[in-house]
Amino acid sequence: MKRQLPFLLVFIFGAFMTIQYYVPHESSEFVYTFLLDWTMIIGIFALALGIWSLYHVSVDKIQHKKENWIYSYVTLFGLFIMVVFGFSYKVGDSWGMYPLFVIALMALLYCLIHASISRSKGFWLGLSGAALAVSFGVAFFDDSWKLAFMTSEGLKNTMFTNFADFVLTPILATMFALLAFFIASAAYRAFRARNVLASLLLIAAIIVMLRFNPYMPFGLPELVAETSSWLMNVPNLAAQRAIVIGIGLGIVATSLKVILGIERGYMGKG
Amino acid sequence: MTEHKNIFDRMMSLDRRWIFLFLIVVCVATYTADFTIPINTEAEVESIFNFLDSLPEGDIVLVAIDYDPNNLAELHPMTYAVVEHLWRKKVKIIFTSLSQLGPAMADQAIRDISDSLKVDKTYNYNGVEHNFKGREIVNGVDYTFLGFKPYYALIILGMGQDFRLNFPSDYYGTPLDDLPMMQGVINYDQVACVVDLSGGNITDAWISYGQGRFNFPLMLGLTGVMVSQYYPFLGSGQVSGIMGGLLGAAQYEELADNPGRAKDGMRVQLFAHYVIILFIVLGNIGFFMSRRKRMEGGN
Amino acid sequence: MKVKMLLAVFLLLAICSNSYAQDTTAEGDTTAISVDSLRLPAPPGNLSGRDKPNDHGHAIILDWELSPDDGGGSNSVLRYDIYKWVPQLMLDINLVRDSIIIIQKIIRKTTDGIEEGSQADSMLKVFSKFSKDELFDIRNRLTDHIKAENEGLAEASKSYPENGAWLFIDKKPSGTKTFDHIGSKEFKSKGFVPDYADLYYRVDAVTITGAKASSEIFGPIQSSGQWYNTYRTPVVFSVFLFTILTVFYVMRAKQGADLYVRPLGGIEAVDDAIGRATEMGRPILYVLGLGSAADIATIASFTILGRVAKKVAEYQTELLVPTYDPIVMTVAQEVVKSAYLDAGRPDAYKEDTVHFVTQSQFAYVAAVNGIMLRELPATNVYMGKFFAESLILAETGALAGSIQISGTDEIAQIPFFIVACDYTLIGEELYAASAYLGKDPVLLGSLKAQDYAKAAIIILAVIGVIVAQFDFGHYYVDLFEVVN
Repeated sequence: MKRQLPFLLVFIFGAFMTIQYYVPHESSEFVYTFLLDWTMIIGIFALALGIWSLYHVSVDKIQHKKENWIYSYVTLFGLFIMVVFGFSYKVGDSWGMYPLFVIALMALLYCLIHASISRSKGFWLGLSGAALAVSFGVAFFDDSWKLAFMTSEGLKNTMFTNFADFVLTPILATMFALLAFFIASAAYRAFRARNVLASLLLIAAIIVMLRFNPYMPFGLPELVAETSSWLMNVPNLAAQRAIVIGIGLGIVATSLKVILGIERGYMGKG
Repeated sequence: MTEHKNIFDRMMSLDRRWIFLFLIVVCVATYTADFTIPINTEAEVESIFNFLDSLPEGDIVLVAIDYDPNNLAELHPMTYAVVEHLWRKKVKIIFTSLSQLGPAMADQAIRDISDSLKVDKTYNYNGVEHNFKGREIVNGVDYTFLGFKPYYALIILGMGQDFRLNFPSDYYGTPLDDLPMMQGVINYDQVACVVDLSGGNITDAWISYGQGRFNFPLMLGLTGVMVSQYYPFLGSGQVSGIMGGLLGAAQYEELADNPGRAKDGMRVQLFAHYVIILFIVLGNIGFFMSRRKRMEGGN
Repeated sequence: MKVKMLLAVFLLLAICSNSYAQDTTAEGDTTAISVDSLRLPAPPGNLSGRDKPNDHGHAIILDWELSPDDGGGSNSVLRYDIYKWVPQLMLDINLVRDSIIIIQKIIRKTTDGIEEGSQADSMLKVFSKFSKDELFDIRNRLTDHIKAENEGLAEASKSYPENGAWLFIDKKPSGTKTFDHIGSKEFKSKGFVPDYADLYYRVDAVTITGAKASSEIFGPIQSSGQWYNTYRTPVVFSVFLFTILTVFYVMRAKQGADLYVRPLGGIEAVDDAIGRATEMGRPILYVLGLGSAADIATIASFTILGRVAKKVAEYQTELLVPTYDPIVMTVAQEVVKSAYLDAGRPDAYKEDTVHFVTQSQFAYVAAVNGIMLRELPATNVYMGKFFAESLILAETGALAGSIQISGTDEIAQIPFFIVACDYTLIGEELYAASAYLGKDPVLLGSLKAQDYAKAAIIILAVIGVIVAQFDFGHYYVDLFEVVN
């Protein structure tokens, strides 16, 4: 039964969603949006599981002092400090005791990590209690800032925006920029005129790369631009359509197999 | 005993770090040098520009800022070019951001472009001179920023019924009904077109759930690596125009006579491509010569 | 408190009905002035309307003939104004909607900019006296009130032309002959159009001076939602055929027919790669991509992960599965756990084998690259949905000297994987992998059905190319058209 119930649910909802596509009526839309709302709710609960998993893996690294374990602290502190920033905002002109509040919470996190890995659990739990008491006390008595769980005030917190703008943004942009280097090295290794087909690929690649190159003589820029446009719109498009049709059929077939319970790999049954 | 490598063998199997080093030197050098390169425009960008340029004052365009900071280099210039063009023409904009870190991108773009619109400017495109008076861009009048919500496919579907379904209030917390611009604006039916600027799979959702279900003109701004994947949709008419990567943004800037960061960046991109072509040629010379040597040796 | 609240609601309704009466007469007056002082254009002719087909209701399509003065005659028509007749009840409801907006403004303290002496101002004065909690209560009561009153709209519409007014809906430029009046289905929205209620429309031709001439009134007409979208018939038809084909081949396979599937290099390499990892004593890294658990590529990837995990459990090698999506993580944990159980080694299963990293694309890449360079896995398997990060992952893997097997249905990323990986499953090969791995005849049957469907598409496309050369070609093309 434990195994059969999920498949039954998949069949019912899969079949409903398939039929719903052809029924524009309001009642069908209602059920559809209702189900989609459920997807969101489940997703949010799953995120909590995800964060727990990340915490667990990081703590495990710290406990066993695996390679670069020190960075696990950075991960955990980074994760939780941004949550704190995102839920708090300044009311008056100064932040008051806010730094103390943040430090107390981070100390709480540190104590909790050690409470779960250390032998002297009681000691660390005691310290956690103290840190928690300090943070509560500060939050209760300090009026220069507030916590906001239901509104978006916290998103305007300067600490939150500064970390996002000046730490996260440059790091992510850097990661993407690596692509330029990897494309160069991959192109260098891959584009070898080993045979006729590989040579055609090489020529096509060079034409497409040169398509906006204005420094070419005798009306060549126009010719290259036209050829590159043709390459993109004709051979590239033709090949892609073939793959897209194959993928489309594959998606329908796999969906059908999932709905009918033929394909069960996603439940751990190959 | 180590095998002796001749020059051609070395050309064929260069350590990738040499490529990285050479590339970065060329990129930095061309970025610091001050020159511009002429840009040829293509039909897929022209169609976006012409459509947006033909919109009358007061029309509404939905601009979806669906990219994170990692795609900023390629997609931010597009946002700047398109949004400035629309605001100069007094076309109103609804911004959405269905990618996690997108709101910060949209917020930054709105602030910067609002500033640059405060000055009078003259543009010369389509053979006509256009004089624009500087003006203040007002939230709720010139634009509405809906903000971010997770599960983009569901949000795109929801907006087809009513923007208020998923966004009862805008990013800054004002209820949509309180914004003058949103009076009578219910769903995509009141929007002239959707411009999606995206660096990921949100584009697919805009095509299948958005354009597919609600049939609005959809224009795409994509990162360079994604472009070729979306040409089939251009051919089938599901997408009305595509701007691809920095080149697409530079073309839009060229068409709108508003040179900006994309045209600046094209210098670097052009010379980076030269470097890649140079290394490909080197690799091939090495490959051919070594093969010849091997064949001669074999004989 | 209840009495106070009800009083407020009645007071509000009183203000509302008065001010609306003023609004509608005022509009009538302007038209009267322009009629006297300016030359009228010829009105638009033959106004007709119909319920919008294949939709969820709440929408009407209007058609009319252009005014003779639109593009001809005195060529003075600038635009068409579209009006709808609504019963007094609808106007009352609209005012309650306005009052809800005012209440929300008071709650959110965003009442700046309300004009002194305006209708909104009088509402503001009424409601400002209440506390926040009372306002929430009033708002909820008013919402319930709207909901209940909406039930009576169909009945109220029957009183036409008494007890109602013409409401401006939209304007269209000269030369327009049709208008889709798509109303909202949300009863709380001002654009709400009730289904199964009599609707009346009129279209005015307007000149540049503001002179208007009205068409004849069209109505009654009712909007309604449909239970089947006829525009999607070609899709129903194709899905039906394909389902029959699949079921047919699955049945044949079950009966023992020998179905040949060409070997997939990528999948065959998986076993060798696991063996290699065992020999080297290094782990295997399995990346499920950035897709959600609902993506078919991810579902296919789960099956392959199951197979890999089973082998890993048998060989007692280490498996690392960092994930991007928490739901994917939960499913993958279940898959790996079951695989260890099937291999008879449930004790070897560790909860952290599959773990969550982050939902930020490049932060995820950074984490996975870190794992590659620290743990130096013998084999990297990338199966699922990948985007711009594909090359960064695969090149780093190549740098770390791992054997790499990849598969994705993201067309743009396939070239990157082909360049940087040792084996790549292209598009549908990824979905076929599950059938290939299990060698289950039932799964192989569906592959056969796909092949025949592909053959049918090729034949239809070739016929299309030939037929398109003739005038009647569009009949053939129309057969496949799917309107949304």
